[in-house]
Amino acid sequence: MQIKVNMRIHAVDVDPDTPLLYVLADDLQLKGPRFGCGLAQCGSCSVLLDGQEIRSCVTPVSSVANGHIVTLEGLPQFYARAKKLPEAPALHPVQQAFIDEQAPQCGYCYNGITVKACELLSQNPRPTDQDIREAMDGHLCRCGTYPRIMKAIKRAAVEMQK
Amino acid sequence: MTAHVRLSRRSILKGTGALVVSVAAVNLGLTGDGLGAAPDPKTLGSWIALHNDGTVTVYLGKVELGQGNGTTLLQLVAEELDLDMSQVSAAQVDTRRSMNQGATVSSSSIQQAGGQIRMAAAEMRQELLRRAAQRLTVPVDKLAVTRGRIEGGGKAVSYQALIDEGLTTIPVTNKAPLKAPVNYRVVGQRISRVDIPAKVSGAYTYMQQVRVSGMLHGRVVRPGGQSAYGRAARVLAVDESSIADLKNVRIVRLGNFVGVVAPRQWDAVRAAEQLRVKWDFQEVLSGTSGLYSKMRSARTDDTVMLAEGDVAKVSAAHVVSGRFHGPYQAHAPFGPSCAIADLTGEVAIVQCSSQDVFALRDRVAALLKREPQSVRVQYVEGAGCFGHSCYDDAALAAVILAQEVGKPVRVQFSRANEIGWDNYGPAHVGEVTIGADKDGRLVSYEYHGWHHGWHIEESTEELALDKPVRELNKGPGSLFVNKFVTGGMYAIPNRLLVNHAIPGLEGYLKGANLRAPMDLHYTFSSEQLIDQLAAAVGLDPVEFRRRNAANERWLGVLEAVAKAANWRSRASARPESGDVVKGRGAALGTHRASMGAAVADIEVNRKTGEIVVKHVYAAMDCGIAVNPDIVESQIVGMAIQATSRMLLEEVQFSKSEVTSADWATYPILRFGQHPEVTPIIVKRNDPPIGAGEEVLPAVGAAIANAFADATGKRMTEYPLTPTRVLATLRT
Repeated sequence: MQIKVNMRIHAVDVDPDTPLLYVLADDLQLKGPRFGCGLAQCGSCSVLLDGQEIRSCVTPVSSVANGHIVTLEGLPQFYARAKKLPEAPALHPVQQAFIDEQAPQCGYCYNGITVKACELLSQNPRPTDQDIREAMDGHLCRCGTYPRIMKAIKRAAVEMQK
Repeated sequence: MTAHVRLSRRSILKGTGALVVSVAAVNLGLTGDGLGAAPDPKTLGSWIALHNDGTVTVYLGKVELGQGNGTTLLQLVAEELDLDMSQVSAAQVDTRRSMNQGATVSSSSIQQAGGQIRMAAAEMRQELLRRAAQRLTVPVDKLAVTRGRIEGGGKAVSYQALIDEGLTTIPVTNKAPLKAPVNYRVVGQRISRVDIPAKVSGAYTYMQQVRVSGMLHGRVVRPGGQSAYGRAARVLAVDESSIADLKNVRIVRLGNFVGVVAPRQWDAVRAAEQLRVKWDFQEVLSGTSGLYSKMRSARTDDTVMLAEGDVAKVSAAHVVSGRFHGPYQAHAPFGPSCAIADLTGEVAIVQCSSQDVFALRDRVAALLKREPQSVRVQYVEGAGCFGHSCYDDAALAAVILAQEVGKPVRVQFSRANEIGWDNYGPAHVGEVTIGADKDGRLVSYEYHGWHHGWHIEESTEELALDKPVRELNKGPGSLFVNKFVTGGMYAIPNRLLVNHAIPGLEGYLKGANLRAPMDLHYTFSSEQLIDQLAAAVGLDPVEFRRRNAANERWLGVLEAVAKAANWRSRASARPESGDVVKGRGAALGTHRASMGAAVADIEVNRKTGEIVVKHVYAAMDCGIAVNPDIVESQIVGMAIQATSRMLLEEVQFSKSEVTSADWATYPILRFGQHPEVTPIIVKRNDPPIGAGEEVLPAVGAAIANAFADATGKRMTEYPLTPTRVLATLRT
């Protein structure tokens, strides 16, 4: 089977029912998508499939064979393509904003948080506070960093307007 | 941490030129990865290594749990050694090399471990200055250091140039002069955390992402949730045919411990879900609804914790009393526990996210019937866990599976394993009576608290070894009703504190420390009554606390939060009309050392019972804030967690087992529900103390007080769920 991840085609030899998460984490050794619940409840495993955020822990790998997957690692490239930049920046503006706001504590949930925030800003460049609250509501953070995530997304939105 | 490991001590010893000040190989007994003696805490080099590029590696015993201490502890070292942050790094916490500074608990990192590491850095600086003075023939008091370069009398020498001068073991004297706060240039600065760039880019390696060569994937197979501690469900039968369709899966059974191991993770996941095991449950739990009456009527072991003055003889003008209830709550780390055990070499290697690698090493050794020196436990950061979650349990499960299959095994707990088999923060019943004189001065305070102790054995041990388990309900490590949290923020002449220890082996859930252990319970009880007493006296709740504050530091934190929140006097509850009513409450709180104060603004929907916390103002006095940005981040996190624990979190269980198993059955605060938070640091020049727990109980109690302000009714049990709110509003 072949899957396209972060602009590269990978051949994988796995049971087609295998959730995408285990293929990304074990076969492709990516460190962005990570296990949180296996139930699509928390957002830890999120990736973009053709620009839409999905939960890789409940998505059979066979169902994404025709799509393009972007993980946390591929977000700068994803941004560069959308913005038609000549080359990918080191970090997506959302990632940079998380550094600028010193938002993460343990950081484990930031894979899904970042993927979701990038999806949001790609679809809604000027979100209101309420837009952000609604978009991010499916992503839990046990350390309680929601207020700094909110600030960072707003900061990134401003940055991306420039 | 992994991303910042510069050199292992072994490679330093072997390295060319890079010489560790005073570390003698014999002293450390490091002859390879084999057996060796522990590093000597009285020797400077055991704490800090200076390399020939002028950088230093610090051998911390405290772990980065996401709270930022991996940065703040390095700030202390950079400060005392006059180095830049870029010149200091921490070695991975590893029982083979790190200093045993005890568990990373009780906000002890900065307070205790910080003091030790700071002293070691000061000792190193003193010795380097002494040698520089000889080399340059300039007196020490004429020397100055910048970025590890010592200058004086027009001459200069670098730290690293002094390494080769035949330095031998330097003892830690604990007498080196520490810098005065007025001279700080790294401590007190908002320095960016060293771990965040890798965490946001995806380069960081969490424990859950570590892979080792030849490793198999393991899962534990357990009932959905735990039974009473010490009365675990027993295996009646394992139906191997139920996973016959899954090739390459091996079932491992040891006593009542059941696990599965497979080369591919998905096979292990499916096998654990699919394997049919018949369990024998005993109905020895109370069930959630019967918990508090069972606790209150238990045969207890009572201890008078504090008896000052005589509460029985006081005749107070105003007296209030009440009984309050708080539930079991789960650590519920966002990423379930994970560990890898490799027993294929001479030394057993366990990689995990334990908050106490040294204690775990000894447990693994006992399980394997080996000497502790032949077990090596390495810390790799996982998801933030806020106390003793399942990290040791997962590590011990990995050890059993690795032993049985003869290969390295990685165990990843499921969400149900993590929430259903946690060491919960114990439930609590508090009965409090407080009296004030006619002028509003507190005169008497009596607190009786009921809860069980910490439970010692991990579930893996309990299931596998089938031996009697133990409880820690006496002495250090078990938190008694204590004089700090129960009324310690006020000057009260007569105080009686009584701990009623419940026999935790008689049908209760497994208990351990959860962030601000028991403090949320104590504060929920105590601070609500303080508000009631203020109302009885006819004083504004902040003014009442102002008059009774124990000292200027408590007063300082109270004033700071009142000012930030623009507190206006509200002498009594003023319920509004309409479905949605607004309330504002204040409270003080602590864990042991730092002082916390909070104001919460909430809305209560009287029709639905739903509470929305709109804004939390939270102030902390933690002495010198080593890194104010990290302290503010901690305050924000505590405010959000307190909101979550006060409104939503409660472990559910039947008479036979825990039924909370995921984020639907154990909900936590969601993004859309979060309040705005205004963090406030009270600036002090006192020594730095813990900053990770104290604000949490204050915020919880402030929310409870805001509820009474909004509705005129008191909640005596949390979480403040719509069902409970509606029941209270009907009274």
